[in-house]
Amino acid sequence: MKKLEHSLTYSVRVIIGLIAGLTIAVTSSAETLMVYTAVEAEDLKRYAAAFNEDHPDIKIRWVRDSTGIVTAKLLAEKNNPRADVIWGLAATSLMLLQSEGMLQAYAPKGLNKLDSKFRDSANPPSWTGMDAWIAAVCVNTVEAGRNNLPTPTSWMDLTDPVYKGHLVMPNPNSSGTGFLDVSSWLQIYGERGGWQYMDNLHENIAWYTHSGSKPCKQAARGETPIGISFAFRGAKSKAAGAPLDIILPKEGVGWDMEATAIVKGTKKLSAAQTLVDWSITKKANKLYNQGYAVVAYPGIAKPVKHFPEGILDAMIDNDFQFAAVNRKKILAEWQKRYDAKSEAK
Amino acid sequence: MSGTVSLPANVVPVRIRLSRDDVILRIGLFCLITLLAIAVVFPLYTLLSKSLEDIDGKYVGLQNFREYFETPALFSSITNSLTVAISVALIVLVIAFVYGYALTRTRMPLRWLFRGIALIPILAPSLLAAISLIYWFGNQGVLRSWLGESSIYGPIGIIIGSCFWVFPHALMIIVTALSTADARLYEAAEALRTPKWRIFFTVTLPGAKYGILSAGFIVFTLVITDFGVPKVIGGRYNVLATDVYKQVVGQQNFEMGAVVSLILLLPAVLAFIADRWVQRRQIALLSPHAVPFQPKSHPLRDGILFVFCLIVSIILISMLAMAVYASFVTFWPYNLSLSLKNYNFDVMDGGGWEAYFNSIRMAIYCAVFGSGLIFFGSYLVEKARGVTWLRTILHLGSMLPLAVPGLVLGIAYIFFFNHPENPLGFLYGTMGILVICTIVHFYTVSHLTCLTALKQLDPEFEAVSLSLKSPVWRTFGKVTLPVCLPAFLDVASYLFLNAMTTVSAVVFLYSPETMLASVAVLNMDDAGDIAPAAAMALMIVYTSAVFRVLHALLARFINSRTQVWRTR
Repeated sequence: MKKLEHSLTYSVRVIIGLIAGLTIAVTSSAETLMVYTAVEAEDLKRYAAAFNEDHPDIKIRWVRDSTGIVTAKLLAEKNNPRADVIWGLAATSLMLLQSEGMLQAYAPKGLNKLDSKFRDSANPPSWTGMDAWIAAVCVNTVEAGRNNLPTPTSWMDLTDPVYKGHLVMPNPNSSGTGFLDVSSWLQIYGERGGWQYMDNLHENIAWYTHSGSKPCKQAARGETPIGISFAFRGAKSKAAGAPLDIILPKEGVGWDMEATAIVKGTKKLSAAQTLVDWSITKKANKLYNQGYAVVAYPGIAKPVKHFPEGILDAMIDNDFQFAAVNRKKILAEWQKRYDAKSEAK
Repeated sequence: MSGTVSLPANVVPVRIRLSRDDVILRIGLFCLITLLAIAVVFPLYTLLSKSLEDIDGKYVGLQNFREYFETPALFSSITNSLTVAISVALIVLVIAFVYGYALTRTRMPLRWLFRGIALIPILAPSLLAAISLIYWFGNQGVLRSWLGESSIYGPIGIIIGSCFWVFPHALMIIVTALSTADARLYEAAEALRTPKWRIFFTVTLPGAKYGILSAGFIVFTLVITDFGVPKVIGGRYNVLATDVYKQVVGQQNFEMGAVVSLILLLPAVLAFIADRWVQRRQIALLSPHAVPFQPKSHPLRDGILFVFCLIVSIILISMLAMAVYASFVTFWPYNLSLSLKNYNFDVMDGGGWEAYFNSIRMAIYCAVFGSGLIFFGSYLVEKARGVTWLRTILHLGSMLPLAVPGLVLGIAYIFFFNHPENPLGFLYGTMGILVICTIVHFYTVSHLTCLTALKQLDPEFEAVSLSLKSPVWRTFGKVTLPVCLPAFLDVASYLFLNAMTTVSAVVFLYSPETMLASVAVLNMDDAGDIAPAAAMALMIVYTSAVFRVLHALLARFINSRTQVWRTR
């Protein structure tokens, strides 16, 4: 008995020793990068796994939230940054961070292979693009039929009183999708016309959501007949079996780029550069293409299932400079006008 | 002298040389007071000063408050919050009173079962009620038609959802109040041939009056400071608690968040003071000569109350049951086949399964360290000799957390622990700060529980051991702790359950490494993944339920080992 006890304690010790040894081995060889992102949660694992196939020695620690939150978080941490890399945040947000002097300029390997629209024009660039994400309207055909709602074809259609209480859209203060909608309306209808349009639209909105994907997910569940969201989300929900029509309003749709940048002051610069180098490779772009029809690496994009047709023609000639420079002003004005209807957060 | 409630003030007339025990206890007192100052008072002070600063940390006086009151959207939140909190308090009080009356004053069958069912909401985060309501009455809800033209998104949803999760809190207080009746009053009334309804209004109600008031204050505070329910189902209806959240988490506007949380602190503190005042009166009601009241059978009354309790129980269970069902449905409402898809947390927002295991870890830490610390604190308050003023300070410090809503505490912690000059800043973003914050948040109730248990022990034990020159820790280990073990376990269990379900304070303090299950529920709902949110909330319920059962078994075992002396 005594002997058994002895051998037990012995084996326990060996196991503990092994675990401790392994932990030390793992933690010492791998470097961990704190990566801030607004990419859809279900894609993050995929991105990290693909990256680790090529670079197993760099671990990624994701901090994910909606575009507005990640942007606000980065701004709030300006004097004491916690992020090393930003991978997958709206270009308009990165332009704002760039103007605050928070980004580390870096020309990743293979930069010249990218479509020139998908990079900061400065040399070396402060950010490089990944893909374009594009506004769209998700219409639940079952619920639209039940409520006798005609299928909208234009943004203007959505102000028709018939849709009152049936529309949901994201709050631009927290959601990047919400912001690109607002900035596209201001570009399509002009400043005065744009706000006038939103005043009318506001009458029909049931509630504003915190995240840009929620309106489409709610439309997919039939919780609301129509959700103003983005095309990629709609395609995914449709693939999951939701009775959705993904509409591209005929005036054109707003879009933004998801982009990558290094945070100035990171203590892990070389690992951060390795990640950014990888983020613009053909392999990475193929990964982005699984959800996004338009990616930064020319010539590889394959059509995405359930993605609406004619999306390239529908994209407005987006003035990023306008959007980035006026972001703060637009958001403040929006909050003043419509925030009472906004969902919490 | 013997009438003092909180402290048996053993005023020592002659100065006795301090023994080693006294020194140890005094050092203990001093340490705990310092801890409470760091964990409660300093953070609240930083919160106050932050509300008077602008974004760059410059002092601006009441500028932020002026700005707040000039924004009509924000100001309307105050009236909305009051409307909701008062309505919930009124509704819950009526239901909980009738339910509590049935449990304590009748011979209705299955009372034990009804008592158990009423406690279900305690096992779940407040968000679960709101999620479940969406499945019942949302636009795709099973009973959508019951609401007619009105929508569950808004005050209706907030009020129903809040009623669900605060019900057990109100019920427990009312049951306690109704349990302490003096049978002699009823006998006297009956001897005078007083009609039954009159006895109810002149004996029963006045006897429970303070319990009802106290429950009202608790419910009011819980509802006005909860943001789980309005967050999920509030739609376009803004309340104070969600405003704080929107300002701080949504827009990282910390100064305005400080302003709103101070406004939120006001009703909570008022309710706290009123409640303390009420409690003091309650005690005077009980006389040592009271005879316990034994309810008599009354078929008609018992039957009606049975039906009432049955209806309430069915509502409580159906809230939980709907969430369970919805969490297994593949794609509501278009594909009702059952699957485990929604439990695949790792491909969704909210931290995945890791969040769930973090929650369990945090709950265990809170239970272990919290109950030890709090028990030690209340032991010092009750049993330390002399230094009445130090003990009073510690007691008051231990009461303070009850007046501070979790939301306010969480924000105060951001300001205090994230301050660049704070030497404790290393705690920020760790599991440690979550544990500290949660222990502090639930400190007062635990402290009072321990104190009640300690008061059962005659101070003569200490006197005897002192005269026998037995050291204080031996008495503590051989007498005090064994006798108080059930209360100690109650506190550990209370801390565990609350740590599993709490959202309000920790939502401001978690970091990617310390994501919690309850916060994950919130974030998944935010991203529109309501079914996975329900699934995660249910993981919390299952865990809490298992823990409750384990606690009950352990308590029974310990009672049989250490509490035999109570029965002759």
